[in-house]
Amino acid sequence: MHSEIREQPFEPYAELLKYQQSMQAAGRYGATAVFVGSMRDINENDTVTAMELEHYPGMTEKYLHTLGEQAAAHWDLIDSLILHRVGRVEPDDAIVLVAVWSAHRKDAFEASRYLMEELKSKAPFWKKEQTPEGERWVENNTAGY
Amino acid sequence: MTIEVKFFASLREQLGRGEASLTAANPMSVAEVWSQATDNAEMPANVLMALNMEYVTAETTVNDGDEVAFFPPVTGG
Repeated sequence: MHSEIREQPFEPYAELLKYQQSMQAAGRYGATAVFVGSMRDINENDTVTAMELEHYPGMTEKYLHTLGEQAAAHWDLIDSLILHRVGRVEPDDAIVLVAVWSAHRKDAFEASRYLMEELKSKAPFWKKEQTPEGERWVENNTAGY
Repeated sequence: MTIEVKFFASLREQLGRGEASLTAANPMSVAEVWSQATDNAEMPANVLMALNMEYVTAETTVNDGDEVAFFPPVTGG
């Protein structure tokens, strides 16, 4: 189980492979559920050229770690990985990677969905968008369900 | 006693500062910390509050050495 804040761009699929190989669990997992959130170049019909992603150092890391523990306590998981960017983010950059490994798809799907929805609604991150008209804070995340 | 206060994102910009340090004679609620740290500014209805990096409500008691944070709805992921 691992969670981490990244200040530099990361390649989610390379991270996924690297972590999976480090797990030493080959042959045990039958289901891997993966979510990658990437930056779009448009929001609310406006062009977005970049974003600044702010977090609460300390609380954000603690919250993501707790989420991983909660998922492991509730579902039958082999491992989980959460990576999240902060700092200046550009269109097509990965913002978040959530991956869950389990024996069967039910636990993998449900736990990954839980991690993403909790992260989106409670993990202390904030996005400030840069548009041709200037900067603006994103006020709310869209509902996941 | 001393209480460290933090503000994040749009709330920090609206208040014009990211941190404040309070001294108080007695334990107080999170709501009272807000009032003292913001010169009695009105608390936004959607503000989120954390005490020592855990979510709490406005009624939660704050003690000496605690860190209190106020921030707008989160928008990560």
